Amino acid sequence: MNDSNRDIVDTLAGLTLFGDLSRPQLEAVAHTFDEEWFGEGQRILRQGFTGTGFYVILEGEAAVRIDGVDRATLGKGDFFGDISILLGEPPVADVVALRPLRCLVLGGPDTEPFLNSYPRVMYRMLQAVARRLRNANQWRS
Amino acid sequence: MAELKRAKPVASANRSDERPHPPGDYDVVVVGSGPGGLQAGYCLSSFGVAHAHISADPGPGGMFRRFPIFQRLLSWTRPYAPYERTTRYYESYDWNSLLAEEQENRSLMPGIMDGISEFPSRPEMERNLTLFAEKTGRAVRYDCRWTGTRRDGERFVLETTDGEYRARQVVFAVGMADPWKPPTPGIDIVPHYAETLPAAEYAGKRVFLVGKQNSGFELAEGLLPWAQQIILCSPRDAKLSVVTRSLVGIRARYLQPYEDHALGGGIYILNAAIERIEKHADGWRVFTRATLGGADLTLDVDVVIAATGWGSPLGDLAELGVATFNQGKLPVLTPFWESASVPGIYFAGTVGQAMAGLKKHGVPSNSGAVQGARYNARVLAAHIAREHYNRMPPRPPVAAKDVVSYLLSEATHGPELWHQRSYLTRVLSFSQEEGIRDEGILPLAWFVDAPGGEAVAMTLEHTAEGEIRPAVYVRREGKVEEHVMPSDPLLDFESAEHRKQLRSLLSGLPGVRG
Repeated sequence: MNDSNRDIVDTLAGLTLFGDLSRPQLEAVAHTFDEEWFGEGQRILRQGFTGTGFYVILEGEAAVRIDGVDRATLGKGDFFGDISILLGEPPVADVVALRPLRCLVLGGPDTEPFLNSYPRVMYRMLQAVARRLRNANQWRS
Repeated sequence: MAELKRAKPVASANRSDERPHPPGDYDVVVVGSGPGGLQAGYCLSSFGVAHAHISADPGPGGMFRRFPIFQRLLSWTRPYAPYERTTRYYESYDWNSLLAEEQENRSLMPGIMDGISEFPSRPEMERNLTLFAEKTGRAVRYDCRWTGTRRDGERFVLETTDGEYRARQVVFAVGMADPWKPPTPGIDIVPHYAETLPAAEYAGKRVFLVGKQNSGFELAEGLLPWAQQIILCSPRDAKLSVVTRSLVGIRARYLQPYEDHALGGGIYILNAAIERIEKHADGWRVFTRATLGGADLTLDVDVVIAATGWGSPLGDLAELGVATFNQGKLPVLTPFWESASVPGIYFAGTVGQAMAGLKKHGVPSNSGAVQGARYNARVLAAHIAREHYNRMPPRPPVAAKDVVSYLLSEATHGPELWHQRSYLTRVLSFSQEEGIRDEGILPLAWFVDAPGGEAVAMTLEHTAEGEIRPAVYVRREGKVEEHVMPSDPLLDFESAEHRKQLRSLLSGLPGVRG
């Protein structure tokens, strides 16, 4: 738990998603998101539940679980909840903490204004989503 | 001064003979006598859980013994409402009274208010809490400060200024009472909000406020008649509750500085990171870097105040193994406000906000305020009674014909659901053996993930569009499904359409007619 007391701005500076932001912008991001902590086995996203947030993992690991089957593992710097917010639909998977998980979270309604304010974060997010799509296509073929 | 210092222990020793709960061995110890501690202690007594109750303060009230700085609360009480003050439904209109079972002890706040404002003054709130403690006979050992914590086998040992307390469970209701500042260079010598001087001391001064939350705007609003210039600064844009259409953001009654800023009235609101703060002989120099466009500025001012929030005074609990987050300000909690890493350590009062719950649509609970924390405390006390002392809170049966009406009346009038949206829920269980039972108010975050039989949880939720509507969670064969119901312009969820929808959702549950 020592990491939980680290300056959050330093942590953000090391994540690809926020890699293009200046120090003052990182401070603004740290003030915009809330920090949340989840115990092992705790669900963060729930399949079929509306009103979810946008989560960025600072520490720990989580599973993407569909109908009880783990489909992917997420770690530091990964984000989730984005698809549900962008499409305005409930998540199609659970996201479950595999070990203690520390996240930054932004409420769903705040996500679009945030991305509009930080287009470089939006671009990095698009890149990550494109990678997910490519990997999914490779898996299918 | 020397004489005073010598006299103090004598006075304390005389008084200690009369005070309740001397050091010793107890089932539970409650620490703190603000609203959270008073409510938790009261509810533990109601559920028959023996406990000691201690407080470092000389009397009830907690943070309300001193704050808010400008002596008027942010939480309102409407003395005149559609329901009698002694009824449960009235609680939706009263954010400040503590909960009591005895009619004469309910809704004490409206009887104290002087009618000047629906927001009680700080002294009125302190009186409300003192009256609650007096009328309910709450026995608290005041002037007894918790100083340290350790384990002794299955028990916790609380070291205090009066001696050692041993207990199986401890409920800490110590508030968000530690002034907190970010690690900005130079801010360590800047006075915190808690050290704000009387307003007249700022007459004609240029005031720089670090922070754009409610406490920053409270100071700005209070200093409008005094300061010659006010600058509010933090890295992100100020959120306004009237824009978010929820309690997220700056509350409406502190918006005057915002309007003055918009009209160019000597108030400036900056979106900037503060690089460093320097103290000079004739004032302060603040170096800022713009975060959302605009120029980097160096500002010379007469006064700087850090309105940067509070942390929880967790003492040595981290050394005991209590996991924390948010830069050590909050403990990591389960849905029943128990430390996730040290079972048996519970938290009541504003610290309960550490358990965020589902936070649907980005709207947080009201656990950081009296109107939310008072219900959390009752749920917590029932949980301790049930889990540790086998004292089962009542689970009254509900007739099948009444289920739909009951759940919709709770959605429309139930104060727990109104104040703790998407956080607390009314739960009914359905089984062939026991029929339909009212399981009471429980945390939604617990219900949706806990295993169990067929059950229904009724909540209210606040949508992204500012709409308030019922949401129903139905558990069948171990799986919970969410169903949101339509809102209503007058927030009446007892309509024929709501009845029809809910009846359909409940169809097939044991004991419910299809």
